[in-house]
Amino acid sequence: MGRPGAGPEYHYRRMKKLVVFLVSACALVAVPLFVQQFGNGPVRIIDLALLYVMLALGLNIVVGYAGLLDLGYVAFYAVGAYMYALLSSPQLTENFAALAAAFPQGLHQPLWLVIPLGAALAGLFGVLLGAPTLKLRGDYLAIVTLGFGEIIRVFLNNLEYPYNITNGPRGVDRIDSFHVFGVDLGQVVHCFGLTLPSVTLYYYLFLALVVASVVVCYRLENSRIGRAWMAIREDETAAKAMGINTRSMKLLAFAMGATFGGVAGSMFASFQGFVSPESFSLQESIMIVAMVVLGGIGHIPGVIVGALLLAALPEVLRYVASPLQQMTGGRLDAAILRQLLIALAMIGVMLVRPRGLWPAREHGRAKPQEQA
Amino acid sequence: MTDWVLDVSGVSKRFGGLQALDAVGLQIARGQVYGLIGPNGAGKTTFFNVVTGLYTPDSGSFTLAGKPYAPHAVHQVAKAGIARTFQNIRLFPEMTALENVMVGRHVRTRSGLIGAVLRTPGFRREEAGIAARARELLDYVGIARYADYRARTLSYGDQRRLEIARALATDPQLIALDEPAAGMNATEKLVLRELIDRIRRDGRTILLIEHDVKLVMGLCDRVSVLDYGRCIAAGTPAEVQRDPKVIEAYLGAHHGESQHG
Repeated sequence: MGRPGAGPEYHYRRMKKLVVFLVSACALVAVPLFVQQFGNGPVRIIDLALLYVMLALGLNIVVGYAGLLDLGYVAFYAVGAYMYALLSSPQLTENFAALAAAFPQGLHQPLWLVIPLGAALAGLFGVLLGAPTLKLRGDYLAIVTLGFGEIIRVFLNNLEYPYNITNGPRGVDRIDSFHVFGVDLGQVVHCFGLTLPSVTLYYYLFLALVVASVVVCYRLENSRIGRAWMAIREDETAAKAMGINTRSMKLLAFAMGATFGGVAGSMFASFQGFVSPESFSLQESIMIVAMVVLGGIGHIPGVIVGALLLAALPEVLRYVASPLQQMTGGRLDAAILRQLLIALAMIGVMLVRPRGLWPAREHGRAKPQEQA
Repeated sequence: MTDWVLDVSGVSKRFGGLQALDAVGLQIARGQVYGLIGPNGAGKTTFFNVVTGLYTPDSGSFTLAGKPYAPHAVHQVAKAGIARTFQNIRLFPEMTALENVMVGRHVRTRSGLIGAVLRTPGFRREEAGIAARARELLDYVGIARYADYRARTLSYGDQRRLEIARALATDPQLIALDEPAAGMNATEKLVLRELIDRIRRDGRTILLIEHDVKLVMGLCDRVSVLDYGRCIAAGTPAEVQRDPKVIEAYLGAHHGESQHG
């Protein structure tokens, strides 16, 4: 582009950017090919970590940009997961004769329909949560959102009678895997002399979605809407006085954040092939908030680091916890020990880096002291 | 007929047993600096908050630039064309000075979610326009060199000017300044006075609430005096200064007889 000041310096920086971009793209593509040599387990961990990155990015819109503490975020994850589970498993056709007659082949929805549908449905739930909480701030808002998360979970647990919709605590199983361009992501694929197991195929799907999420978040952050959200976070009264309709902007933040959760949820359902209410406990919500806060609230790279770290840490600690357990003669439960180590790590990080591991570049510089 | 920018009449507001405003009205002509003064607790800030939509009035009629408006929601009043500053400065502290002013453009721009995510040509054009106008305004109030500094790191006087720049960014019909000189030293007051004077010369209309009588008398074209929620006098600064009711409100009824008078 013919911008003013497009000198050699500018071209050099563009080249450098391009090289960095290409190298990291290659690395991201190569990661699962390398990791899958150690079996499917480690790739699976990475896949789930990518889902957490999506969730953390979505929550970051609500908590980081608009400054609305949401402790029930996992509800949107659950909405997306159950939406896909019900649309792509025998659950509904087995329990409702009319549906079985309408869809003799059963319900099998394609990816291009699921993603927008999951986003839209979760967005709708975002508005449903947002509307009654518009006047609440801080602690009060946190309590209400926490309750909302629990309500969704309790509903999923009990929508079994009189009509069996969610199959209660037993969950929904036999969920289809995704099909992309005729490729079944649930099957092993051979191409170019490479063997790509299902987990690796899902890795690429999740990676694409994470990249898309990052782009959307970045663009929102640097826009009229993003500035309005940040203005509300900084001073709601002043934001109103500037003509910002804080009601609709907050609702938009809730809805936008929720769409990320909904999409991630439908991915989770197809990846696991099984969903049950216990995957969507309060613990999960708190974990996602911890990812955002630990990484660096409001800062996209920080949030990604936080999500990857907190998603991977429990798995890595599995290897640390069991020797420790043996040292104590088996008196300490490995699972409890793991929780303890995570908690210690989080306290440590917050003490040393209170603004998160990778906080936002201070928005602009501090004004220097004037020289006399 | 005079071109009234703000024409309000019969504004009343009661808080429980306290009649904070009792049928207050004022008319501000285009290009004027209009001062609103009164002793502490006279109802100046209440009036200000009613006009800008923060409090809902019990009664009153409100017209802005010939169009009636209902002061029911703050953001709608801002959209109608009244921009305000706050007595205790309220900026967006962690955002840069430039971003603060860019937020002010929100109400006069319209690109939404889709434009932002897809980076449409219309969005890019509007965004460039917002940034250009914001820089222009920072330059106008004289703090262009601090564009990339966080708002909370600016000096008190510069924060006040940034707040005025942010208000100007909304393209207001009327700029309402709530005690802009509060807490300023003599030099800062002088600079502020020059800025307000300049904004007036550029054809804007200003409503000024101020304690500093010297500033008000030197700057305002017309002044209204509030006391106990009533408008007790209105006119040019010179007229108001001589008004016995005003002297009484400020200095007490028998000030002429007192030794210190």
